Amino acid sequence: MTLIGCHHCDAVAKEPWVPDGGSAICRRCGATLFRRHRKTVEVTLALAVAAWILLILANAYPLLIFEIQGQASESTLASGVSALWRQGEYAVSAIVFLTTMLAPACEVLLLLFVLAPLHFRWRNPGGVIAFRWVERVRPWSMMEVFLIGIMVALVKLSEMADIRPGLALWAFLLLIPTLAGALALLDPEIVWRRIEETK
Amino acid sequence: MKSSTNALGGRHTQCSICNLVMAVPEDVAAEQLGCSRCGAMIQRRKPNSLPRTAAFLLAAAICYIPANVYPIVEITSFGYQQSDTIISGVIYLLLHGNLALGVIVFVASVVVPILKIILLSMLLISVQCRSQWRPRDRARIYRIVEVVGRWSMVDVYVVTILVALLHLGSIASVEVEQGAIFFSVVVVLTLLAAQSFDPRLIWDPIEDGDE
Repeated sequence: MTLIGCHHCDAVAKEPWVPDGGSAICRRCGATLFRRHRKTVEVTLALAVAAWILLILANAYPLLIFEIQGQASESTLASGVSALWRQGEYAVSAIVFLTTMLAPACEVLLLLFVLAPLHFRWRNPGGVIAFRWVERVRPWSMMEVFLIGIMVALVKLSEMADIRPGLALWAFLLLIPTLAGALALLDPEIVWRRIEETK
Repeated sequence: MKSSTNALGGRHTQCSICNLVMAVPEDVAAEQLGCSRCGAMIQRRKPNSLPRTAAFLLAAAICYIPANVYPIVEITSFGYQQSDTIISGVIYLLLHGNLALGVIVFVASVVVPILKIILLSMLLISVQCRSQWRPRDRARIYRIVEVVGRWSMVDVYVVTILVALLHLGSIASVEVEQGAIFFSVVVVLTLLAAQSFDPRLIWDPIEDGDE
Protein backbone atom coordinates (compact mmCIF):
# COMPACT_ATOMS: atom_id res chain seq x y z
CA MET A 1 0.00 0.00 0.00
CA THR A 2 1.35 3.39 -0.98
CA LEU A 3 0.26 6.56 0.72
CA ILE A 4 -0.08 9.82 -1.12
CA GLY A 5 -0.51 13.29 0.24
CA CYS A 6 -2.41 16.32 -0.99
CA HIS A 7 -0.26 19.38 -1.79
CA HIS A 8 -3.09 21.72 -1.00
CA CYS A 9 -4.58 20.50 2.28
CA ASP A 10 -2.07 17.93 3.56
CA ALA A 11 -4.61 15.10 3.66
CA VAL A 12 -3.09 11.63 3.39
CA ALA A 13 -4.83 8.83 1.53
CA LYS A 14 -4.13 5.42 0.11
CA GLU A 15 -3.08 5.75 -3.49
CA PRO A 16 -6.02 4.75 -5.70
CA TRP A 17 -5.51 2.91 -8.98
CA VAL A 18 -6.16 5.34 -11.79
CA PRO A 19 -6.11 4.51 -15.53
CA ASP A 20 -3.74 6.42 -17.80
CA GLY A 21 -5.05 9.89 -18.49
CA GLY A 22 -7.28 9.82 -15.42
CA SER A 23 -6.79 11.89 -12.32
CA ALA A 24 -7.32 11.53 -8.62
CA ILE A 25 -9.10 14.25 -6.67
CA CYS A 26 -8.54 14.97 -3.01
CA ARG A 27 -11.62 13.95 -1.02
CA ARG A 28 -11.02 16.63 1.51
CA CYS A 29 -10.29 19.80 -0.49
CA GLY A 30 -11.13 18.90 -4.09
CA ALA A 31 -7.66 19.65 -5.51
CA THR A 32 -6.18 17.35 -8.13
CA LEU A 33 -3.82 14.91 -6.42
CA PHE A 34 -2.22 13.66 -9.61
CA ARG A 35 -2.87 12.95 -13.27
CA ARG A 36 -1.65 9.47 -14.01
CA HIS A 37 0.53 9.03 -17.09
CA ARG A 38 2.62 5.91 -16.81
CA LYS A 39 4.44 6.72 -20.04
CA THR A 40 5.15 10.25 -18.78
CA VAL A 41 8.94 10.00 -19.14
CA GLU A 42 8.79 9.10 -22.82
CA VAL A 43 5.89 11.35 -23.84
CA THR A 44 7.05 14.43 -21.95
CA LEU A 45 10.60 13.91 -23.20
CA ALA A 46 9.40 13.83 -26.82
CA LEU A 47 7.35 16.99 -26.34
CA ALA A 48 10.22 18.70 -24.53
CA VAL A 49 12.55 17.99 -27.47
CA ALA A 50 9.99 19.48 -29.84
CA ALA A 51 9.52 22.46 -27.51
CA TRP A 52 13.29 23.07 -27.44
CA ILE A 53 13.47 23.25 -31.25
CA LEU A 54 10.47 25.58 -31.39
CA LEU A 55 11.93 27.69 -28.60
CA ILE A 56 15.11 28.25 -30.62
CA LEU A 57 13.07 29.22 -33.70
CA ALA A 58 10.89 31.54 -31.61
CA ASN A 59 13.98 33.33 -30.34
CA ALA A 60 16.03 33.39 -33.53
CA TYR A 61 13.53 34.85 -36.00
CA PRO A 62 11.47 38.05 -35.97
CA LEU A 63 8.09 37.91 -34.31
CA LEU A 64 6.52 40.83 -36.12
CA ILE A 65 7.55 42.90 -39.10
CA PHE A 66 6.32 46.43 -39.13
CA GLU A 67 6.30 48.75 -42.13
CA ILE A 68 5.49 52.43 -42.15
CA GLN A 69 6.20 54.81 -45.04
CA GLY A 70 8.68 52.43 -46.62
CA GLN A 71 10.65 51.99 -43.37
CA ALA A 72 10.55 48.53 -41.90
CA SER A 73 11.39 47.38 -38.43
CA GLU A 74 11.45 43.88 -37.01
CA SER A 75 11.03 42.76 -33.49
CA THR A 76 12.34 39.61 -31.90
CA LEU A 77 11.85 38.51 -28.32
CA ALA A 78 15.30 39.78 -27.40
CA SER A 79 14.94 43.12 -29.16
CA GLY A 80 11.97 43.99 -26.97
CA VAL A 81 13.95 43.22 -23.83
CA SER A 82 16.99 45.18 -25.03
CA ALA A 83 14.90 48.15 -26.16
CA LEU A 84 13.39 48.40 -22.68
CA TRP A 85 16.86 48.15 -21.16
CA ARG A 86 18.16 50.99 -23.38
CA GLN A 87 15.27 53.20 -22.29
CA GLY A 88 16.40 52.67 -18.72
CA GLU A 89 13.44 50.46 -17.77
CA TYR A 90 15.64 47.91 -16.05
CA ALA A 91 12.96 46.40 -13.84
CA VAL A 92 10.42 45.91 -16.63
CA SER A 93 13.12 44.60 -18.95
CA ALA A 94 14.29 42.09 -16.35
CA ILE A 95 10.75 40.88 -15.66
CA VAL A 96 10.03 40.39 -19.37
CA PHE A 97 13.37 38.62 -19.86
CA LEU A 98 12.69 36.32 -16.91
CA THR A 99 9.14 35.39 -17.89
CA THR A 100 9.43 35.04 -21.67
CA MET A 101 13.01 33.90 -22.25
CA LEU A 102 14.84 32.64 -19.16
CA ALA A 103 12.06 30.72 -17.39
CA PRO A 104 10.70 28.91 -20.49
CA ALA A 105 14.24 27.96 -21.58
CA CYS A 106 15.09 26.72 -18.07
CA GLU A 107 11.84 24.78 -17.87
CA VAL A 108 12.48 22.93 -21.13
CA LEU A 109 16.18 22.36 -20.40
CA LEU A 110 15.43 21.03 -16.91
CA LEU A 111 12.86 18.62 -18.34
CA LEU A 112 15.36 17.39 -20.93
CA PHE A 113 18.07 17.09 -18.30
CA VAL A 114 15.87 15.02 -15.99
CA LEU A 115 13.95 12.90 -18.48
CA ALA A 116 16.57 11.98 -21.12
CA PRO A 117 18.82 10.13 -18.61
CA LEU A 118 15.76 8.37 -17.17
CA HIS A 119 14.69 7.19 -20.60
CA PHE A 120 18.16 6.03 -21.67
CA ARG A 121 18.97 4.68 -18.19
CA TRP A 122 22.03 6.84 -17.72
CA ARG A 123 23.25 7.74 -14.27
CA ASN A 124 22.30 11.32 -13.48
CA PRO A 125 23.35 12.53 -10.04
CA GLY A 126 21.98 16.02 -10.75
CA GLY A 127 18.51 14.74 -11.64
CA VAL A 128 17.05 15.12 -8.15
CA ILE A 129 18.00 18.79 -7.80
CA ALA A 130 16.98 19.54 -11.39
CA PHE A 131 13.54 18.01 -10.98
CA ARG A 132 12.95 19.96 -7.78
CA TRP A 133 13.47 23.12 -9.84
CA VAL A 134 10.95 22.14 -12.54
CA GLU A 135 8.04 23.02 -10.26
CA ARG A 136 9.71 26.16 -8.98
CA VAL A 137 10.38 27.62 -12.42
CA ARG A 138 6.95 26.75 -13.78
CA PRO A 139 4.92 29.73 -12.48
CA TRP A 140 7.42 32.17 -14.00
CA SER A 141 7.17 30.89 -17.54
CA MET A 142 4.46 32.95 -19.25
CA MET A 143 4.68 32.28 -22.96
CA GLU A 144 0.93 31.92 -23.43
CA VAL A 145 0.34 35.31 -21.82
CA PHE A 146 2.96 36.80 -24.13
CA LEU A 147 1.05 35.45 -27.12
CA ILE A 148 -2.05 37.41 -26.07
CA GLY A 149 0.23 40.44 -25.71
CA ILE A 150 1.36 40.00 -29.31
CA MET A 151 -2.24 39.86 -30.48
CA VAL A 152 -3.15 43.03 -28.60
CA ALA A 153 -0.12 44.80 -30.09
CA LEU A 154 -1.19 43.62 -33.55
CA VAL A 155 -4.62 45.15 -33.11
CA LYS A 156 -3.22 48.42 -31.78
CA LEU A 157 -0.71 48.82 -34.57
CA SER A 158 -2.74 47.55 -37.51
CA GLU A 159 -4.32 50.97 -37.94
CA MET A 160 -1.01 52.76 -38.06
CA ALA A 161 0.87 50.66 -40.52
CA ASP A 162 1.41 47.37 -42.29
CA ILE A 163 2.23 44.67 -39.83
CA ARG A 164 3.10 41.10 -40.72
CA PRO A 165 3.71 38.07 -38.57
CA GLY A 166 7.27 36.71 -38.71
CA LEU A 167 8.47 33.12 -38.58
CA ALA A 168 8.89 33.27 -34.81
CA LEU A 169 5.19 33.98 -34.36
CA TRP A 170 4.30 30.68 -36.03
CA ALA A 171 6.90 28.90 -33.93
CA PHE A 172 5.27 30.52 -30.90
CA LEU A 173 1.83 29.33 -31.90
CA LEU A 174 3.15 25.75 -32.01
CA LEU A 175 5.38 26.12 -28.97
CA ILE A 176 2.59 27.05 -26.57
CA PRO A 177 0.47 23.88 -26.98
CA THR A 178 3.65 21.77 -27.11
CA LEU A 179 4.96 23.13 -23.82
CA ALA A 180 1.52 23.06 -22.23
CA GLY A 181 1.14 19.44 -23.36
CA ALA A 182 4.56 18.49 -22.00
CA LEU A 183 3.63 19.89 -18.59
CA ALA A 184 0.09 18.49 -18.62
CA LEU A 185 1.42 15.00 -19.36
CA LEU A 186 4.12 15.27 -16.72
CA ASP A 187 3.30 12.95 -13.84
CA PRO A 188 5.80 13.97 -11.14
CA GLU A 189 5.10 10.95 -8.93
CA ILE A 190 6.10 8.52 -11.71
CA VAL A 191 9.22 10.58 -12.46
CA TRP A 192 10.24 10.63 -8.78
CA ARG A 193 9.79 6.87 -8.59
CA ARG A 194 11.91 6.36 -11.71
CA ILE A 195 14.58 8.67 -10.27
CA GLU A 196 14.56 6.65 -7.05
CA GLU A 197 14.93 3.36 -8.97
CA THR A 198 18.00 4.58 -10.85
CA LYS A 199 19.70 6.01 -7.78
CA MET B 1 -3.56 13.25 19.15
CA LYS B 2 -5.13 14.66 16.04
CA SER B 3 -6.75 12.58 13.37
CA SER B 4 -4.43 10.84 10.94
CA THR B 5 -6.25 12.09 7.84
CA ASN B 6 -3.95 15.07 8.02
CA ALA B 7 -0.22 14.76 7.52
CA LEU B 8 0.23 17.17 10.41
CA GLY B 9 -1.60 14.70 12.63
CA GLY B 10 1.57 13.10 13.84
CA ARG B 11 2.04 9.72 12.27
CA HIS B 12 2.84 10.85 8.75
CA THR B 13 4.45 13.77 7.09
CA GLN B 14 4.66 14.80 3.50
CA CYS B 15 7.60 16.19 1.54
CA SER B 16 6.57 19.56 0.17
CA ILE B 17 8.83 19.12 -2.86
CA CYS B 18 8.27 15.58 -4.13
CA ASN B 19 5.13 14.71 -2.16
CA LEU B 20 6.52 11.52 -0.67
CA VAL B 21 4.54 10.52 2.41
CA MET B 22 6.77 9.30 5.20
CA ALA B 23 6.08 7.75 8.54
CA VAL B 24 7.40 9.84 11.41
CA PRO B 25 8.95 7.86 14.30
CA GLU B 26 7.44 8.89 17.61
CA ASP B 27 10.53 10.37 19.21
CA VAL B 28 11.59 12.45 16.21
CA ALA B 29 10.23 15.84 15.11
CA ALA B 30 9.24 15.84 11.45
CA GLU B 31 11.41 18.89 10.81
CA GLN B 32 14.50 16.89 11.68
CA LEU B 33 13.85 14.48 8.85
CA GLY B 34 15.16 14.88 5.33
CA CYS B 35 13.08 13.50 2.51
CA SER B 36 14.35 10.02 1.70
CA ARG B 37 13.49 10.45 -1.97
CA CYS B 38 14.48 13.97 -3.01
CA GLY B 39 16.67 14.98 -0.07
CA ALA B 40 14.77 18.20 0.67
CA MET B 41 14.32 19.37 4.24
CA ILE B 42 10.86 18.57 5.51
CA GLN B 43 8.76 21.69 5.91
CA ARG B 44 5.27 20.93 7.10
CA ARG B 45 4.11 24.44 6.31
CA LYS B 46 5.73 27.15 4.22
CA PRO B 47 7.92 29.18 6.59
CA ASN B 48 6.43 32.50 7.77
CA SER B 49 3.63 32.10 5.26
CA LEU B 50 1.24 34.65 6.73
CA PRO B 51 3.61 37.57 7.38
CA ARG B 52 5.31 37.11 4.02
CA THR B 53 2.02 36.98 2.12
CA ALA B 54 0.77 40.03 4.02
CA ALA B 55 3.95 41.98 3.23
CA PHE B 56 3.78 41.19 -0.50
CA LEU B 57 0.07 42.06 -0.58
CA LEU B 58 0.55 45.37 1.19
CA ALA B 59 3.35 46.35 -1.18
CA ALA B 60 1.22 45.31 -4.16
CA ALA B 61 -1.74 47.35 -2.92
CA ILE B 62 0.46 50.44 -2.51
CA CYS B 63 1.96 50.08 -6.00
CA TYR B 64 -1.46 49.44 -7.51
CA ILE B 65 -2.41 53.10 -7.18
CA PRO B 66 0.47 54.66 -9.18
CA ALA B 67 0.23 51.74 -11.61
CA ASN B 68 -3.22 52.96 -12.59
CA VAL B 69 -2.76 56.70 -12.19
CA TYR B 70 0.42 57.15 -14.25
CA PRO B 71 0.49 56.45 -17.98
CA ILE B 72 2.24 53.27 -19.05
CA VAL B 73 3.31 54.35 -22.53
CA GLU B 74 3.59 57.47 -24.62
CA ILE B 75 3.27 56.83 -28.33
CA THR B 76 4.46 59.44 -30.82
CA SER B 77 3.39 59.00 -34.40
CA PHE B 78 3.63 61.62 -37.14
CA GLY B 79 4.32 64.25 -34.55
CA TYR B 80 1.17 63.41 -32.62
CA GLN B 81 1.57 62.32 -29.02
CA GLN B 82 -0.71 60.06 -27.08
CA SER B 83 -0.18 58.62 -23.63
CA ASP B 84 -2.09 55.67 -22.34
CA THR B 85 -2.81 54.47 -18.85
CA ILE B 86 -3.86 50.88 -18.22
CA ILE B 87 -7.52 51.90 -18.19
CA SER B 88 -7.43 54.15 -21.25
CA GLY B 89 -5.63 51.42 -23.20
CA VAL B 90 -8.38 48.98 -22.33
CA ILE B 91 -11.10 51.44 -23.26
CA TYR B 92 -9.40 52.10 -26.59
CA LEU B 93 -9.20 48.39 -27.33
CA LEU B 94 -12.86 47.88 -26.42
CA LEU B 95 -14.03 50.73 -28.64
CA HIS B 96 -11.73 50.48 -31.64
CA GLY B 97 -10.28 47.03 -31.63
CA ASN B 98 -11.38 43.55 -31.14
CA LEU B 99 -14.10 43.18 -28.51
CA ALA B 100 -13.02 39.70 -27.39
CA LEU B 101 -9.42 40.83 -26.98
CA GLY B 102 -10.62 43.95 -25.18
CA VAL B 103 -12.53 41.86 -22.67
CA ILE B 104 -9.51 39.59 -22.08
CA VAL B 105 -7.25 42.57 -21.46
CA PHE B 106 -9.85 44.27 -19.25
CA VAL B 107 -10.16 41.17 -17.09
CA ALA B 108 -6.42 40.47 -17.08
CA SER B 109 -5.14 43.93 -16.27
CA VAL B 110 -7.96 45.63 -14.36
CA VAL B 111 -10.09 42.95 -12.69
CA VAL B 112 -7.47 40.29 -11.89
CA PRO B 113 -4.91 42.38 -9.94
CA ILE B 114 -7.44 44.03 -7.64
CA LEU B 115 -9.46 40.84 -7.21
CA LYS B 116 -6.29 38.95 -6.41
CA ILE B 117 -5.29 41.45 -3.72
CA ILE B 118 -8.79 41.37 -2.18
CA LEU B 119 -9.21 37.58 -2.28
CA LEU B 120 -5.75 36.83 -0.90
CA SER B 121 -6.32 39.36 1.89
CA MET B 122 -9.59 37.65 2.77
CA LEU B 123 -7.91 34.24 2.79
CA LEU B 124 -5.16 35.66 4.94
CA ILE B 125 -7.60 37.11 7.47
CA SER B 126 -9.69 33.94 7.56
CA VAL B 127 -6.58 31.86 8.29
CA GLN B 128 -5.38 34.32 10.89
CA CYS B 129 -8.77 34.04 12.68
CA ARG B 130 -8.62 30.23 12.38
CA SER B 131 -11.96 30.42 10.61
CA GLN B 132 -13.79 27.17 9.93
CA TRP B 133 -16.01 28.74 7.27
CA ARG B 134 -16.35 26.68 4.06
CA PRO B 135 -12.76 25.50 3.74
CA ARG B 136 -13.44 23.72 0.45
CA ASP B 137 -14.58 26.93 -1.21
CA ARG B 138 -11.69 28.91 0.23
CA ALA B 139 -9.29 26.26 -1.07
CA ARG B 140 -10.87 26.58 -4.50
CA ILE B 141 -10.56 30.38 -4.41
CA TYR B 142 -6.86 30.00 -3.72
CA ARG B 143 -6.39 27.62 -6.63
CA ILE B 144 -8.17 30.03 -8.99
CA VAL B 145 -6.09 32.99 -7.77
CA GLU B 146 -2.95 30.95 -8.35
CA VAL B 147 -3.87 30.14 -11.95
CA VAL B 148 -5.31 33.47 -13.05
CA GLY B 149 -2.68 35.83 -11.67
CA ARG B 150 -0.14 35.39 -14.46
CA TRP B 151 -2.51 36.80 -17.09
CA SER B 152 -2.04 40.32 -15.73
CA MET B 153 1.33 40.42 -17.47
CA VAL B 154 -0.41 40.99 -20.83
CA ASP B 155 -0.11 44.77 -20.69
CA VAL B 156 3.57 44.64 -19.83
CA TYR B 157 4.16 42.47 -22.89
CA VAL B 158 2.17 44.80 -25.14
CA VAL B 159 4.39 47.68 -24.04
CA THR B 160 7.49 45.56 -24.71
CA ILE B 161 6.38 44.75 -28.26
CA LEU B 162 5.45 48.36 -28.98
CA VAL B 163 8.85 49.53 -27.78
CA ALA B 164 10.60 46.90 -29.88
CA LEU B 165 8.70 47.78 -33.04
CA LEU B 166 8.28 51.52 -32.93
CA HIS B 167 11.68 53.08 -33.06
CA LEU B 168 11.43 54.98 -36.33
CA GLY B 169 12.40 58.38 -34.98
CA SER B 170 9.91 61.13 -35.80
CA ILE B 171 7.54 58.82 -37.67
CA ALA B 172 6.79 56.60 -34.72
CA SER B 173 8.36 56.05 -31.35
CA VAL B 174 7.34 54.79 -27.94
CA GLU B 175 8.43 55.94 -24.53
CA VAL B 176 7.77 53.70 -21.53
CA GLU B 177 6.32 55.66 -18.59
CA GLN B 178 6.38 55.11 -14.81
CA GLY B 179 3.00 53.37 -14.78
CA ALA B 180 4.49 50.35 -16.55
CA ILE B 181 7.13 49.93 -13.85
CA PHE B 182 4.59 50.05 -11.04
CA PHE B 183 2.24 47.76 -12.92
CA SER B 184 4.81 45.07 -13.57
CA VAL B 185 5.93 45.31 -9.95
CA VAL B 186 2.29 44.82 -8.85
CA VAL B 187 2.01 41.67 -10.97
CA VAL B 188 5.25 40.20 -9.62
CA LEU B 189 4.33 41.09 -6.02
CA THR B 190 0.92 39.43 -6.29
CA LEU B 191 2.55 36.33 -7.82
CA LEU B 192 4.98 36.22 -4.91
CA ALA B 193 2.10 36.74 -2.46
CA ALA B 194 0.17 33.81 -3.94
CA GLN B 195 3.28 31.64 -3.82
CA SER B 196 4.03 32.47 -0.19
CA PHE B 197 0.53 31.64 0.97
CA ASP B 198 0.22 28.09 2.20
CA PRO B 199 -3.26 26.70 1.43
CA ARG B 200 -2.77 23.92 3.99
CA LEU B 201 -3.23 26.59 6.67
CA ILE B 202 -6.88 26.84 5.62
CA TRP B 203 -7.34 23.27 6.83
CA ASP B 204 -5.40 23.43 10.05
CA PRO B 205 -8.28 24.63 12.25
CA ILE B 206 -10.53 21.97 10.68
CA GLU B 207 -9.49 18.63 11.97
CA ASP B 208 -12.29 16.42 13.05
CA GLY B 209 -15.58 15.01 12.10
CA ASP B 210 -15.90 15.55 8.41
CA GLU B 211 -14.08 12.46 7.23
